[in-house]
Amino acid sequence: MEYKISIQNLNLSIGKNKILKDINLNIPKNQVTVILGPSGCGKTTLLKCLNRLIDLEENVNISGNIFLDGEDILHTKSDLPGIRKKMGLLSQRPYPLPMNIYDNIAYGLRINGLHNKHLICESVENHLKQVSLWDEVKDRLKEPASRLSIGQQQRLCLARGLAVEPEIILADEPTSALDPLSSTAIEKKFIELKQDYTLVMVTHILRQARRIADYVVFMYLGEIVEHGTADEFFNHPKQEQTKAYLQGTFN
Amino acid sequence: MRFLKNERFLNFFMYLFLGIIIAMPIIIIAGLFYKSESVLHANSLSDLLFSTEWKPFQGKFGFYSYIYSSVLVTMLALLISVPICLLAAIYLTQYAKSVYLKVIQPVIDILAGIPSIIFGVWGILVIVPLISKYLAPFFGIETAGYSILAGAIVLSVMIIPFILNILLEIFKSISKELPQASIALGATKWQTIKYVVLRKAFPGIISSIVFGLSRAFGETIAVLMVVGNVAQIPSNIFQPGYPLPALIANNYGEMLSIPNYDSALMFAALILLVIVLFFNLAARMLISRYETKL
Amino acid sequence: MRKKLLALEEHFFKLLMQLSIALIVLVLSLIVFSIFYRGLPALTWEMISQTPKGGYYFGKEGGVLNAIVGSLYLALGATLLALIMGLPVAMLMNIHLRKFKRLVNSIRFLLDLLWGIPSIVYGAFGFSVMIVLGVKTSLLAGIITVALFILPIMIRAIDEVLKNVPVGLLEASMSLGSNKSQTSFMVYIRQCSSAIVTAIMISFGRAIGDAASVLFTTGYTDSIPTSLTQPTATLPLSIFFQLSSPIREVQNRAYASAAILTFIILFISVLARVLSNKYNKNKIS
Ligand SMILES: Nc1ncnc2c1ncn2[C@@H]1O[C@H](COP(=O)(O)OP(=O)(O)OP(=O)(O)O)[C@@H](O)[C@H]1O
Ligand SMILES: [Mg+2]
Repeated sequence: MEYKISIQNLNLSIGKNKILKDINLNIPKNQVTVILGPSGCGKTTLLKCLNRLIDLEENVNISGNIFLDGEDILHTKSDLPGIRKKMGLLSQRPYPLPMNIYDNIAYGLRINGLHNKHLICESVENHLKQVSLWDEVKDRLKEPASRLSIGQQQRLCLARGLAVEPEIILADEPTSALDPLSSTAIEKKFIELKQDYTLVMVTHILRQARRIADYVVFMYLGEIVEHGTADEFFNHPKQEQTKAYLQGTFN
Repeated sequence: MRFLKNERFLNFFMYLFLGIIIAMPIIIIAGLFYKSESVLHANSLSDLLFSTEWKPFQGKFGFYSYIYSSVLVTMLALLISVPICLLAAIYLTQYAKSVYLKVIQPVIDILAGIPSIIFGVWGILVIVPLISKYLAPFFGIETAGYSILAGAIVLSVMIIPFILNILLEIFKSISKELPQASIALGATKWQTIKYVVLRKAFPGIISSIVFGLSRAFGETIAVLMVVGNVAQIPSNIFQPGYPLPALIANNYGEMLSIPNYDSALMFAALILLVIVLFFNLAARMLISRYETKL
Repeated sequence: MRKKLLALEEHFFKLLMQLSIALIVLVLSLIVFSIFYRGLPALTWEMISQTPKGGYYFGKEGGVLNAIVGSLYLALGATLLALIMGLPVAMLMNIHLRKFKRLVNSIRFLLDLLWGIPSIVYGAFGFSVMIVLGVKTSLLAGIITVALFILPIMIRAIDEVLKNVPVGLLEASMSLGSNKSQTSFMVYIRQCSSAIVTAIMISFGRAIGDAASVLFTTGYTDSIPTSLTQPTATLPLSIFFQLSSPIREVQNRAYASAAILTFIILFISVLARVLSNKYNKNKIS
């Protein structure tokens, strides 16, 4: 298996709280990696380490290494925007930027130095099509993005992330604010997207994980309890904690 | 707490007080209008607003130079304080560690609590000499220091805590995830602030400015003490001016002896009120229009 | 190249931002420093403990006790009146009228509008009402005027906290069988006790410091008022009058009075912080 991201001995504390302990993990390329675990176990924090949003927090202490295609991305000071650009982020709730639908997608392109109107226009259309939103919004591109439904907003955010042409998509419980139909739409997209992207998704929903995971990571209290391919993990779990979690008897 | 059982009694007072509050602006406007009627009869509205002729004994009341001073002082004050507040608020909420804000907050609150008379005294002690001894000579101008500029500086310091406090609230209320979404797209922090945070905060920024404007426009005693109180159209900001509130405050003693004078001063109060209300309403409309666009 | 320019721009603005903050802190220290620097040397025990004697305004003996006491009376009275009127209205808005979101928001807007009305307008208006009614300048007239002037800020300060109280509290209290008034004044009042303290302190500070609204309504006198119908001196006006004197001795006393007022205000600020921390304990959030 080919790895896209490799995390080695990652330790993280905020103030006196140890949040991540000795994380060692390889994230396979062009697959959906699902991170499972009870609330507060550090899933979001782990994602934030990958795209370095953790830098925005105060009093953070990190040690260890994260490599993206063999390149150190945890300690480098240069070109943070460049690293972040390689990883699209889809958060728990959609956060459309305070501008119209069109500009929401054009924003990332302009930020990254594209100013050719024609190209921007083309890219906006393509990416809206890619998330199957184009038909719903093509007549109202100048309307504020906040007027879209939550499910549409989440797809818009996905398109926004895809438009800057990332290699990885990080998703933090991307369907938890959505209705079942919109959730299914996002899940379907994810399965399609793994042709071209590496996906890392945090979820609370076991069934969702079973549906789309290729590789599963189970975390508890800041540590990785078990990780492996979906088949191994769901059908032959090794750790007692994992078994309990899968059976729903985990406390 | 037996009396709380009887809701009728308490409700009566609750609604009475609410009624008083709702009626207050209407009563004030109506009252001021009623009092200024006689001066409105004796002079045309355009004379009152756009003439500089101020001869109370002949019954001529042209408010133009007073309005001009008021507007000039207020605009200058906003010009000084708004950028300072914006910059400070952005730094404190976006760049600085959170302890920083905890240290600064009491400073802002104390500044907000200082009475205007103290600002006036400070203006006389520090700003007026600063202008007459250093600032004006630098531009080759001679002045006693009591000037539009002195009024504007004192005012700007007075309104800084008000504007800043609102701005801080606004920036703090923007959820962390919004700028994070922009940063995750590869934007730098500065780009995010410019294109996302400021945009999101725009309605709040407008209302903070209008709030500062209301404070500044009606501020009386501190401005009166340093602005020079000469009714004229100043040719530069080192010259004295005479804003509306100062006019009212300075002449309240004589009001009754000259016919129509009291009416004219009430008209001045009415102008103040109308202008302040106008800006507040205009801002409200601008904001709701903008918010439907977001 | 573009990136470098952006970074440079950011650096430049960050520098400006730091300068702005430094300026704000500097100006505050400068204000407090300059007032105390000029005022403290002229401050004597006599100034605080005596009322003006004959010829005081020409540099003879006496103090500004009349203004200190007058200001305290005025501010206390006005704050109390504003609290009595304001607290029920804040409760009304957040408990009884909770369902009517639009109405409550309109009231909020109205209050903000009222808060924007300059105090000189309140003063001028109050004065003309007094003329119509044939009342002379008095402590009571001042108290009413100032109370109306600080009422909006009082209500909004309490409202700001009440509106964030979770509905659950209202439901819990009502389901225990208490009526809305009991909910207001026995349950919610605990929730907002720290806000009430803050509101009182802010209002008190406004009341004691405002000169323009009392200029017309309270008058001025050298003696300490013994009833609500007598005119009253206030510190801001006392400072203002003394400062307009050409006599240096009297001017110095103005600075000393300014130091007294500043001290009172600083004291209130500190007290407000201590008290609101203390009352914050009982709150659920
Ligand atoms: N800025 C912060 N300061 C202090 N502690 C923090 C901070 N951010 C997160 N934590 C702590 O880190 C731990 C992990 O948080 P994290 O958000 O990563 O959990 P999570 O697994 O994503 O939980 P959930 O499923 O609820 O989203 C929690 O105990 C949380 O309290
Ligand atoms: Mg999380």
